[in-house]
Amino acid sequence: MINWANFISQCFNGLVLGALLALISSGLTIIYGTLGVLNLAHGAMFMLGGYAGWLAYTYTDSFLAAVVAGSLFVMIVGVVIERLIIRHFYARPQEDQLLVTFGLGIVFVETVRFFFGSLSRTVPPPASLVGITHLGFMVYPTYRLALLGIVAVALLLLYFVLYRTRIGMIVRAGIEDSAMVDSLGIDVYKIFMLVFGIGAMAAGFAGIVNAPVVSIAPDVGEAILVQTFVVVVIGGVGSFPGAIIGGLIAGEIISITSMFNPGYSYIMLFVAMTLVLVLRPHGLLGTAARE
Amino acid sequence: MNINRPFLVELVTAAALILAPFLLPYLGFSPSTINRILIWGLFGIGFDILFGYTGLLSFGQSAFYGTGGMVAAYLLTETSFSYVMAAIVIGATVAGVVGYVIGQIALRRTGIYFAMITVAIAEVFFFVEFNPLSAYTGGENGLPGVPTPVFDLGFKVLEFNTDWTMYTFLAFWYFVGIVIALRIVRSPVGAILSAIRDNPLRAAALGHNIHGYKLTAFVVAAVYAGFAGGLLGVMQGFMPPEAFMFDTSGQVLMQTAIGGAGTLFGPLVGATVWLYLSDFFQNTLHLGATWKLVLGVVFVLLVCFLRRGMVGAIVDLYRLTGSRSKESIETAVESALHNPAAIEPMPARQRGGTLAPGPILQAHGLTKRYGGLAANSDIDFAVNPGEIRGIIGPNGAGKSTFFKMLTCEIAPSSGRIMFEGRDITRMGVSEVCQLGLTKSYQINQLFDRLTVRRNLTIAALGDARGTFRLDLFKSLHSVPGLNEQVERTAALVNLTTRLDRPVSELAYGEKRRLEIGLALATSPSLLLLDEPLAGMSPRERVETVALLKSIARGRTMIVIDHDMDSLFELVEKVTVLQEGRVLVEGIPREIKTNAKVQEAYLGGVHGEMA
Repeated sequence: MINWANFISQCFNGLVLGALLALISSGLTIIYGTLGVLNLAHGAMFMLGGYAGWLAYTYTDSFLAAVVAGSLFVMIVGVVIERLIIRHFYARPQEDQLLVTFGLGIVFVETVRFFFGSLSRTVPPPASLVGITHLGFMVYPTYRLALLGIVAVALLLLYFVLYRTRIGMIVRAGIEDSAMVDSLGIDVYKIFMLVFGIGAMAAGFAGIVNAPVVSIAPDVGEAILVQTFVVVVIGGVGSFPGAIIGGLIAGEIISITSMFNPGYSYIMLFVAMTLVLVLRPHGLLGTAARE
Repeated sequence: MNINRPFLVELVTAAALILAPFLLPYLGFSPSTINRILIWGLFGIGFDILFGYTGLLSFGQSAFYGTGGMVAAYLLTETSFSYVMAAIVIGATVAGVVGYVIGQIALRRTGIYFAMITVAIAEVFFFVEFNPLSAYTGGENGLPGVPTPVFDLGFKVLEFNTDWTMYTFLAFWYFVGIVIALRIVRSPVGAILSAIRDNPLRAAALGHNIHGYKLTAFVVAAVYAGFAGGLLGVMQGFMPPEAFMFDTSGQVLMQTAIGGAGTLFGPLVGATVWLYLSDFFQNTLHLGATWKLVLGVVFVLLVCFLRRGMVGAIVDLYRLTGSRSKESIETAVESALHNPAAIEPMPARQRGGTLAPGPILQAHGLTKRYGGLAANSDIDFAVNPGEIRGIIGPNGAGKSTFFKMLTCEIAPSSGRIMFEGRDITRMGVSEVCQLGLTKSYQINQLFDRLTVRRNLTIAALGDARGTFRLDLFKSLHSVPGLNEQVERTAALVNLTTRLDRPVSELAYGEKRRLEIGLALATSPSLLLLDEPLAGMSPRERVETVALLKSIARGRTMIVIDHDMDSLFELVEKVTVLQEGRVLVEGIPREIKTNAKVQEAYLGGVHGEMA
């Protein structure tokens, strides 16, 4: 017998998780789409956002400061590693790109562990968003409700940047054919650095706004990275709309399965991924050209 | 590997394994550390075959390591089964079967997709182990009480219950593992695996079923992982659930990259560095988990600057000092005149196709559309056995598209292709190559990291072995006729003095000749040549035309080229394509004076074509 109130609240949890995964996956997917590099340090970027935010919070007691610090710090990290390391890997085999970003992820995780230890940390939500909200048909934690809005706004912002600005147009053109963009006299390296920064920031932002819901620890990014992979495989690598749809699907699968048995959530996620791979090998919204 | 000293590597390995317990303790290695190094090294051998040799970067090896270990430990602790070795072998077998199933899913895709799918799969195994199957695997407690192996030889009972006796047990299995792996990488399958790593497209075009070989490598890696997992449980007396964690996959990968991928011994060296640093930082410096940060930094630096890891660096250094002396002799031989007509090419192999009179190749109504654009429309084309046909046409006439359809690299939108009386329209490029139809590419498609000899061997293997054969333990040297075919092809394309050079060191003209040599080494009865003269110097063109004439004996050829003087000298009949259609067909003399052809090329200006 299904408890309907519980079911609806789990669907909401799925929506929140899905939106968060959509945001992180968008970052991963625009980096891959534009630069051709799958950033295996993306999960670690999520974690770094949480820690940078937490550190800012402990000094300022301001949630807003935490969010700004988390996002900006990870963006800077992204720009710096693109400039110093990733750039030298564009011409190297894909396996080398995977190895180096994998290694960077470990360096990030272990650096955080070195300074802050393995204990988990929490950032409380802002005072105005503490407590629960009565929605008529159910009660729901206020911050989670707000989180849905916050992430939706972030996704809209990303959509606006990608689809309504000059930079976004160049980035989308770069996803289709970066050699062509290069030959149009646009400095692709500058764009690449920016895209890596924005993609990393999406992960960092997600890391800090999620911190009041799930406490942060050095290896919190690992599970997120795996979920993000499933999202982009389902949605189609390099596709921004695909990341959003894939994120929502993955979020709902995890949450609804958890209602019955949390142990099976990954298994269901994997079943969905396999189905997509068999029926639509390039993902729901992906195309062969992007690979 | 040196052919003159066939078992050198094996002997050195055996000696090192025997000496290790006497030497390593002085360097601060504890016996249990040495034992763990052996298990990681063995686990890594399989991973190296998959990643270093085949180029498939899997992040999911923990799934097989854990599966093999858990199956063995379950048999030994929860059932009345008491044969330790048999349990480990069963565990490895189960891991191999699981690898076969998982491989079918993961190998549907390559590159980053493959990496992402293997990560996801490994994570699923972790969760399956902890939840649905926790009644069997002990969940987060693992399976304690795994017995140590005991063998009753009748006159003596061997029991491996101390660290050092366990060492002899593990060292024995590591040795068996390395001997098997060395055989695999020296087998025809091993050669094809390295071809897949370097250029999967060309490996398929040379007649190899690359999916089958990739799956083979995947299963081999899974079996090694499963076996090592079984040994882990036996060594510790306890099967830890951590074997299933993502960290395990990451660790074997990093150890392999640190030690050197594609060397088989890299994982062992990497594991030694890894575990030594871990012990040193934790036990001597008391710095806890800092070692992992240090290793992460070392790993990133190695990936940035030393691509082939520590073993790779040593091998490269050795080659660099060893190969200097040969240089002068080679260049002396090089200047000798080359006369391809003096060398008899390998005959086209009879493949039992119906040798009915009539054309060897026929295309009916061949059409290829890309969206609204028709690259080829309604082409009818026939070539008789033994003929040399030329195809010309302005850029964009659809010549290369036409060739790609004939070799089944792309499927036509409509139309039919008959080769030696068979309908090949829906076949794959590997099958068609096996039937005796292959192509030399307009843009070189070589195996750049391999030697010229290896390149030609891989091509000749397609002819000698068919699309797929599991001769994992057969030596490459024992394939009948292989060496002869390689040397003859090399002589024909004038690369005999370059046989042991890596392709990356060849000059452009040499690479073009090797490109033709690759196609030729498959013993095709119909050879397509896509702009064989492109980018060659005038002297090289003359030589290549002579080469093409000599290989044309006993086989049919179709040649695309823009060099009309050379082409008209070579071919008996010319087909002119324009805008995806056949414009005209005839003997060279007719084509030269044909008004339609002149119009197509010169836009209506009449006169004798150059």
